[in-house]
Amino acid sequence: MDKTWNNSLNHASTNNGLDTGNDDVLLEVRNLKKYFPLRGGVFSRVQGWIKAVDDVSFDVYRGETLGLVGESGCGKTTTGKCILRLEQPTSGSVLFEGKDVLSMTSEELRTLRREMQIIFQDPYGSLNPRMTVGDIVGEAFVIHGTASGHERARRVEELLKVVGLSPYHARRYPHEFSGGQRQRIGIARALALRPKLIICDEPVSALDVSIQSQILNLLNELQDDFQLTYIFIAHDLSVVQHISDRVGVMYLGRLVELTDSETLYSSPKHPYTQALLSAIPVPDPDHKKKRIVLEGDVPSSLEPPSGCSFHTRCSYCQDICREVRPEWREIEEGHFIACHLAE
Amino acid sequence: MAAVSNQAPGQLDQNFGGDALTLKPESYMSMVWRRFRRHKLAMAGLCFLLLMYLVAVFAPYIATQSYRHTDPPNRLQAPSQEHWMGTDNIGRDLFSRVIWGSRISLSVGFVAAGVAVLLGTVIGALAGYFGGAIDNILMRFTEIVMSFPTFFLLITIVSIVERSIFNIMLVIGLTSWPGLARMVRGQFLSLREQEFVLAARALGASNARIIFRHILPNAMAPVIVSATLRIGGAILTESGLSFLGLGVQEPFPSWGNIINTGRTFLRQAPWITAFPGIFIFLTVLSFNYVGDGLRDALDPRLKD
Repeated sequence: MDKTWNNSLNHASTNNGLDTGNDDVLLEVRNLKKYFPLRGGVFSRVQGWIKAVDDVSFDVYRGETLGLVGESGCGKTTTGKCILRLEQPTSGSVLFEGKDVLSMTSEELRTLRREMQIIFQDPYGSLNPRMTVGDIVGEAFVIHGTASGHERARRVEELLKVVGLSPYHARRYPHEFSGGQRQRIGIARALALRPKLIICDEPVSALDVSIQSQILNLLNELQDDFQLTYIFIAHDLSVVQHISDRVGVMYLGRLVELTDSETLYSSPKHPYTQALLSAIPVPDPDHKKKRIVLEGDVPSSLEPPSGCSFHTRCSYCQDICREVRPEWREIEEGHFIACHLAE
Repeated sequence: MAAVSNQAPGQLDQNFGGDALTLKPESYMSMVWRRFRRHKLAMAGLCFLLLMYLVAVFAPYIATQSYRHTDPPNRLQAPSQEHWMGTDNIGRDLFSRVIWGSRISLSVGFVAAGVAVLLGTVIGALAGYFGGAIDNILMRFTEIVMSFPTFFLLITIVSIVERSIFNIMLVIGLTSWPGLARMVRGQFLSLREQEFVLAARALGASNARIIFRHILPNAMAPVIVSATLRIGGAILTESGLSFLGLGVQEPFPSWGNIINTGRTFLRQAPWITAFPGIFIFLTVLSFNYVGDGLRDALDPRLKD
């Protein structure tokens, strides 16, 4: 790694070098809701609301990796976009280092962009095919006016080296790269402004398994080098287990369970989490584990079930589950769950 | 294959690096040009068009005689050494008239297509990017313009405004943008949801930057292709107007009004219609091929 890069890094880290303890909250999400209107009919009237994210609350601690898992369509990606205000949430609050993201003016938001970045799922769609890699990675410097000319070119080269590419790649176009390399370019772009928080929106799910581990290792290294905090969105539980400190499980736009990944994987409390975990294949032919098979399909988020949204598929379902929506509560230190039955 | 796989990956990479560093990096335009050259018909079209533009610019030097000098005794002469394309019904030299006429046809094409592309791109981009009420208003307006039968609208306008060649170009341009606007809007609608646009927004890029730097360059390929096709269309429209006597006025020649003159004498003197007709045909065809070639050359996602 380049020397100047290290220097500026050390300089940055003196401000927050010591307080990377787990009790330091970087991001606070409270009662976040995002409803999409469903329009139809002759005059495009609103006929209903798709509750993509429905009352989600969690904290992200400085320096950790928070995994968010769930089936496709459960609202994980929308949650990520709402935090960055790429989507305008319907209600709720997002506090980044105590500052309210959702009430920011566009000027304040521009400053915030330096702190929070995103890595996308699709390594093909996330890079502008008409721009060179150098322009893509260096765009952040242009937008924020932080470096120009030779300085910009130098910083782009550094970034490319940091993510394991070569400086000469800067002059190439995205279509000349493989999926894994493109994802590295996307990571370099996200790193350019030296953010504190990166939302990784399924960054490896479009890649080959062998490339997945390379990218995950790179993300791990970068986290150490740049004191990054990740929100890692995925639908692959084993990937999330590998990289996350804590994991939140989402179902139909709601968080159902959130705790540190060790506890979650060893003793899941929510029936949905238990079902998900039982579906992870174990590379041991003698392993006898009862697989919990969920009946039926995920209900429509247009009309989610009353009470607990999981009650239609839950084998422990009782009357209260059908009528009362379970509260999001802390049953043990740092172990949150939305289930009436969990003790 | 075997030789390559024997090399360590790092070595391979370095070799690539060496090549890339010694070679001058290829700019986007030079890449487009290199790919365009491979398209033979497009190259032929481009050469023909360049030739035609040279002819139009140097018309006074190329035309062997005056385009307005009449010579009634020598009317309806077949092509000969003196009159390369023969003469028309009042004895004017057809070659000179076709050469002078190229000025009208070619400039009409460019200006009219330019006006249409400008209007269509701006309206389509605004509608597609901002959506909502802006989209609604602009698209309803587009549909209103579209629902007029273009040619009759043209005839009406041309008979109201002063019949100068500039007005005709403008009117053709002002009536032919709606299709382009809808196409550009469609491009913007799909491109603005692309992840690279979201990434730019996440970096804090302004709307203007997203529109001009990210969306427009990706939307331009079909616009350029459609523009070249539209130049051909505009040339045809002008010819049609002139044919109906609503375009360029005598004695000034345009390919359209020469054909109009020749119509009456189609049996006695088919060359009056044939020569400008061939030029219209070749010019429009060339624009179409150039459009095709550009479409292939402009897309970097297509493999070399």
